[in-house]
Amino acid sequence: MPTYLLGIIQPSGPAAPPEMLEPIMREVGAVDQAMRDAGVWVFSGGLHDPSTATVLRARDGGVVVTDGPFAEVKEQLGGLTIVDVADLDEALTWGGRLAAATTLPVEVRPFQG
Amino acid sequence: MSRTDVEDAFRREYGRAVAVLVRVLGDIGLAEEAVQDAFTVALERWPREGTPPSPAGWIITTARNRAVDRLRREATRDRRHAEAALLHSPSEPEEVGPVTDDRLRLVFTCCHPALAPEAQVALTLRLLGGLTTPEIAHAFLVPEATVAQRIVRAKAKIRDARIPYRVPSDADLPDRLPAVLAVVHLVLTEGHHGSTGAGGPRADLSAEAIRLGRLLAELMPDEPEVLGLLALMLLTDARRPARTAPDGTPVPLDQQDRSLWDGALLDEGRALLRTCLRRGRPGPYQLQATIAAVHADARAWSETDWQQILRVYDDLLALTPTPVVALNRAVAVAEVAGPARALELVDAIDLGDHPARHAVRADLLRRLGRSAEAEVAHADALRTARTDADRALLVAARGRAR
Repeated sequence: MPTYLLGIIQPSGPAAPPEMLEPIMREVGAVDQAMRDAGVWVFSGGLHDPSTATVLRARDGGVVVTDGPFAEVKEQLGGLTIVDVADLDEALTWGGRLAAATTLPVEVRPFQG
Repeated sequence: MSRTDVEDAFRREYGRAVAVLVRVLGDIGLAEEAVQDAFTVALERWPREGTPPSPAGWIITTARNRAVDRLRREATRDRRHAEAALLHSPSEPEEVGPVTDDRLRLVFTCCHPALAPEAQVALTLRLLGGLTTPEIAHAFLVPEATVAQRIVRAKAKIRDARIPYRVPSDADLPDRLPAVLAVVHLVLTEGHHGSTGAGGPRADLSAEAIRLGRLLAELMPDEPEVLGLLALMLLTDARRPARTAPDGTPVPLDQQDRSLWDGALLDEGRALLRTCLRRGRPGPYQLQATIAAVHADARAWSETDWQQILRVYDDLLALTPTPVVALNRAVAVAEVAGPARALELVDAIDLGDHPARHAVRADLLRRLGRSAEAEVAHADALRTARTDADRALLVAARGRAR
């Protein structure tokens, strides 16, 4: 069965206030549970703010460490779910439920192999 | 059998053969190679040995054997395909779906919403219509490299993202069918107008659209919008002989010599329209076909039943509230309620700097005797017109009004 990344695209900047976030997280939790019940769930998780990221680059035989995300852009990967499904249509159906729950764009991308 | 006969068979049977081979091999690229191989063999053999009783069956069997041979030789290339090809036989029972024709599966793959619209069009023409990349590039007046890249990218996405090769379930069909119909309709409108620059109408593209429309009607005879689209295409294509003057300039509907319209196509379109309207599930294509049929029933522009056209436009606008439909409805309003009322509507339509909006405004302003404003609108229309044919129509319309 092919595996797909469902990436949740989040605008950069401060997170939404808890009273807004709470119902959204409940919805996302319900979709997550539905994926587990359907046997397609592989992994899911939300990411901390891009400012907590660290970038590593191999240089001159060593590794250079820099603070911050790889690129400063208006939208970043905010969380991800990995599903194991029959085909793109099924992945798009789950991705659509996730987009409705999060109210954010979801990028569906196939894994190799 | 001559070389031309093989080429005709290619045009007629390519889509069916590719569709079967895609199912058997599970890969569009392999399927196309195999079918092209088979036609190469046909070019050698048919003229010498005569045409086989079932050319399509011969092509499919030969393509399948060629593909199996090739996969055996290149066993390392991809075991899965080789196994699939060896295991499946075309006579096996097929997966269940509303309709089980390989071409229909392929239509829904080519017109999958995860592919860009221009990629959907190129793939459909290539895989189902058997058009070559240069032919598609020529038809849409885009560079060959662009079309080639679109097709390569789309095929890679179908393979890597696993876009399924399947007719959508009855439940999903209403969501997926409009994209398929839009692709075919786009091929027709391109055939009539051309999207950009010079070139004018291209009969080959219109013919291809109607061929695809007939195929869809054959594959999905119970979908009223499928029949509605075919009716619309036949009713509009019937006007083709009158649409261009002997010197090549386009002739607008109100100036066309209606005796040149193709009566057989009109009759076929009307009959199809009656069939689908009887189902009682109207849709945008059925309504547009109804409007085309009202025009077809009028012996002259002055005898057009504008009341009826306006009623259908009201329904169409309720179903698809787009600025373009609103603009076309305003043209009907001008005939029923006069140019002043129509101008109010047009000025309220949010269509931006669109040539059709400027052209309609120019016409309405002229009819209201506001010539200075009409000239400005006319200039705006000329400035934004995308094709030479559109510009010629505008100049002709202004000339008549003087």
